Amino acid sequence: MSRKQVLRSDPGQVPVPGQAPADDTGCPILHVDMDAFYAGVELLDRPELRGTPVIVGAAGARGVVLSATYEARRFGVHSAMPMTRARRLCPQAVVIPPSHGKYAEVSKGVMEIFRAITPEVEPIASDEAFLDVRGAVRRLGSPARIAALIRAEVAERHGITCSVGVASTKFVAKLASRHCKPDGLLVVPADRVVEFLHPLPVAALWGVGERTEQALVRLGIKTVGDLAHVPASTLQREFGAVGAHLAELAWGRDERRVTPHAPDKSIGAEETFPYDVDDPDAIRRELLRLSERVAARLRAGGHIGRTVSVKLRRADFTTITRARTLREATDVAKEIYATACELYHAAGLDRVRLRLVGVRVENLRPAGTATHQLGLGERETGWREAEMAMDRAARRFGPEAVRPASLVRPRFDGMDL
Amino acid sequence: MMFRVDRDVLAEAVAWTARSLPARPSVPVLAGMRLEVTENQQLKLSGFDYEVSAEVTLELQTGDPGLVLVSGRLLAEITRALPSQPVDFVVEGAKAVVTCGSARFTLLTMPAEDYPSLPAMPPAAGRVGSDTFSSAVAQVAVAAGKDDTLPMLTGVRMEIEGDTVTLAATDRYRLAVRELKWQPDQADFSAIAMIPGRTLADTAKSLTTGAEVEIALSSSGGTGEGMIGFSSAGRRTTTRLLDPEFPKYRSLLPTEFSAHADIPTSAFVEAVKRVALVAERNTPVRLAFHGGEVVLEAGSGDEAQAVEVLPVEFEGEEINIAFNHQFLLEGLGAIDSDVARLQFTTSTKPAILTGGKPVDDGGTPDYRYLIMPIRLSS
Repeated sequence: MSRKQVLRSDPGQVPVPGQAPADDTGCPILHVDMDAFYAGVELLDRPELRGTPVIVGAAGARGVVLSATYEARRFGVHSAMPMTRARRLCPQAVVIPPSHGKYAEVSKGVMEIFRAITPEVEPIASDEAFLDVRGAVRRLGSPARIAALIRAEVAERHGITCSVGVASTKFVAKLASRHCKPDGLLVVPADRVVEFLHPLPVAALWGVGERTEQALVRLGIKTVGDLAHVPASTLQREFGAVGAHLAELAWGRDERRVTPHAPDKSIGAEETFPYDVDDPDAIRRELLRLSERVAARLRAGGHIGRTVSVKLRRADFTTITRARTLREATDVAKEIYATACELYHAAGLDRVRLRLVGVRVENLRPAGTATHQLGLGERETGWREAEMAMDRAARRFGPEAVRPASLVRPRFDGMDL
Repeated sequence: MMFRVDRDVLAEAVAWTARSLPARPSVPVLAGMRLEVTENQQLKLSGFDYEVSAEVTLELQTGDPGLVLVSGRLLAEITRALPSQPVDFVVEGAKAVVTCGSARFTLLTMPAEDYPSLPAMPPAAGRVGSDTFSSAVAQVAVAAGKDDTLPMLTGVRMEIEGDTVTLAATDRYRLAVRELKWQPDQADFSAIAMIPGRTLADTAKSLTTGAEVEIALSSSGGTGEGMIGFSSAGRRTTTRLLDPEFPKYRSLLPTEFSAHADIPTSAFVEAVKRVALVAERNTPVRLAFHGGEVVLEAGSGDEAQAVEVLPVEFEGEEINIAFNHQFLLEGLGAIDSDVARLQFTTSTKPAILTGGKPVDDGGTPDYRYLIMPIRLSS
């Protein structure tokens, strides 16, 4: 059983049932998390599948589960699991290939609901966000009431459910939302945080990854309560700065504030090959396809970015990431691709079997601030204009209406003529 | 081997030769400076890194012929620090002893027989005034690329046609062109050479001690290709040439404009520098020309901003145009004139910066600095 499942299948002791009126004074932090987000959105179009196991993810041999309904999770399916394994666990599940545009739209709508309540919204993924509702209490009522309001609004406007954790700090709110999933609401009163935290396994703490967990278990520390009673100096000696931070968390102390920021810090795309690839031409072709996709998303979102990074995962799952900052911010696939190729080349992985490649553009700024140093003899209309024309064609005739020639696969391959 | 020579003469000659020594020699022997006393009482100091060679010849008061190789950098530091008295240099076995006044240094010698022989100078082609040459090279080299991954753009192109030398360099974003006269040994001499920009600028600057510089270069198709030599007042240096590939720049230089502005150079430089304080690297300074003034602006939106207004003599259609401030300042620094003239067509077409008001007979000025604008998103 994987670590994730342990966390999910063990609800622990929930000190305050969601229904009971809990004391939410001093609990202004909300963590809102959509329940099985992609699957929930897909069910809007396939209502007949409600109540049945549904998995969202690419169906190919190398596909991974992006989202699964709770009916599928009961069979042990969870996100990030290889699709082949998920199908073995739950052969009756309906597999739906992902359609990201749809999720982005719903995500935008949901974030708008949050922002109508307070500007203090910190999205941490397309389907979850922290809210600091301090400023909305007088207008809309106590944090728990606001949480209930958000759940009702999301369900009514978008037809999907979400779970909300209400607490005095970010990380307790996040743990709370996880505890009341799906379709739940949990308030952890400020004076009962320790009681709530201490029975939890250490892996529940933010910042405890697999390595740290193993190290803690080796020291005989299994629960947050165990951790809380280890002197902070010991933790600091064992784990450095992380140790001091863990000691704080174990007592429910978390100074991090809800910091609203632009939801997009970077835009990327990655692809797991159906089989490991070592042909540099094939890898470059994939980098081109991903660069095209990233550039189109940058342009659609009105962003430009200065840093291009590539992610290369070898057949043995070791992964390297390389980044380069450009002279000027860009949203042009040709430039992103050229940089990605240089990074791939410089990584020295020619002829190494790769399982996954990814392209990402970071350091995003609004496209309106773009400037371009013209070069001698440069044409006034360049690749950017060509790619914008591709965007327009894609809007009218569907994605991939216009593609670089090297990405066009023979359509009638193998057909008798 | 031994020689005695004046401290200042030696220090200057050693320092000049040491310039071409490689900072990280590929073979240890290249860190050496070769000192040779010839039968006719001359001292030759030379250095070489397979790209650039340098050799100075000094007349000696006294000397015994011989040859020695010592660490060039160390010798340069020592001679620079010596008191102002005659210097005695004596080789004793594997050691070289430098004595000057009450100071005495013992240096280890290096195996001179391993030292590569310096390339032969190409045939002399003609002469040019050393100050003219040095300032012309400096004006052009400023526009040469600094990115060694694009060697084609790091060079200065030298085109010789009869008595006219044209120097040109570009890093894609600006282009500097300078024409000058020289005295070719043959009236119909013609040649093209791409010289590494940094080396040429250093060389031209260091050869201003004599009145003239002799350029040694074989004409197109002649022998000794791939090499250019410069010599002046006992100093001679050779440089390996780059691939002669270069953009066809003449067609890129606009000849017709819709507007031009004449601006006092120093006031313009000061204003650009001030406004640019809020502009990050590679971000533009915006210039709006209308009526008798130019408004300079930098910074934007949620960053710091700066604005300054200067009076100008302006003729033509009003224009808003933006430049990389560094490129603009380097151009203004290179025109060598009290008044800068900027000529424009549109905000996305190259602008030309020249010194002063061009001659009225319609002739093109000796020096032109083309600068590509920065396009702002509309």
